[in-house]
Amino acid sequence: MSAHSTSSPLKMYFAVFAALLVGTALTVFAARLDLGPFNAPVALGIATVKATLVALFFMHVWHASEKLTKLVVISALFFFLLLLGLTMSDYATRLWS
Amino acid sequence: MRDNSTVAVHDPALLHHFAEPQQQRDAASLGMWVFLATEVMFFGGLFCAYLVYRRWYFGDFAAASKSINMWLGATNTAVLICSSLTVVLAVWAAQTARRTLLIGSLVLTMLLGFAFLGIKGIEYRDKFVEHHVPGASFSFEHEEIPGHPGQYANPQHAQIFFSLYFVMTGLHALHMIIGLGIFLWLLIMAWKGRFTPEWHTPIEIGGLYWHFVDIVWIYLFPLLYLIDRHK
Repeated sequence: MSAHSTSSPLKMYFAVFAALLVGTALTVFAARLDLGPFNAPVALGIATVKATLVALFFMHVWHASEKLTKLVVISALFFFLLLLGLTMSDYATRLWS
Repeated sequence: MRDNSTVAVHDPALLHHFAEPQQQRDAASLGMWVFLATEVMFFGGLFCAYLVYRRWYFGDFAAASKSINMWLGATNTAVLICSSLTVVLAVWAAQTARRTLLIGSLVLTMLLGFAFLGIKGIEYRDKFVEHHVPGASFSFEHEEIPGHPGQYANPQHAQIFFSLYFVMTGLHALHMIIGLGIFLWLLIMAWKGRFTPEWHTPIEIGGLYWHFVDIVWIYLFPLLYLIDRHK
């Protein structure tokens, strides 16, 4: 973190904390609604927003002075999605023949 | 580049192979991020296995998921979020040389970590009592598939859900236990006054680890506890 004032990160930390708690309440609430095929995407969407908030602000990826940190985060995500994407494209299309 | 001959006193916190403190901090956190990338792959395989079986046996997974107390899971999510806040407060306290806040935040983080494991223990106990632990005494008979009255879940398929449940939450709990060990060590170092605004690298990278474990739980909670809860 650069030469910001000392109070600014605290405000941001508490705002992210509040958003994470609201997100948790929202996930529980949404799980009890019938959203048809959208229950799982909504739950995963909220989880992804929460995870992104933690990574960007609590783990300081947003303010990382080293660009390599961002590269490592993005490549980890890329290979994880590659794993899921290729596996699921196989299992989802096995009945096509 | 800085010419070393012009620096009168070498910063004692700066190792000789780094040009400046910022570079030293960046190198440490970059190393931790590379480790976390391997952790993404480690947990990633389990998430992938979960997705494949959830697609195949969705109804059985929903019935099995419904047998877990979701309020214990939701409480644990909130507990971990609170612990993530105390971790960022600890890092900030170390950066700004606030000893009391630093030690207080580390103690609170550990207490929240123990609370998480305690709640997890209650949940595991329920599963043992209900014979939902995979193995010889596993039993999941006459459990209705949510939204399909009169249709029962296949116990073999439900057992796969519980295997994944125990491996994923168990591996996560193991990470919590390791995290508690790391934070105990950080607390002892902080108590001895080893951390300064110039050097508190262990707090920063220990914090990265704790937040990562929090992120894993953020995904485990909806995936394991909240399948088809509305039915």
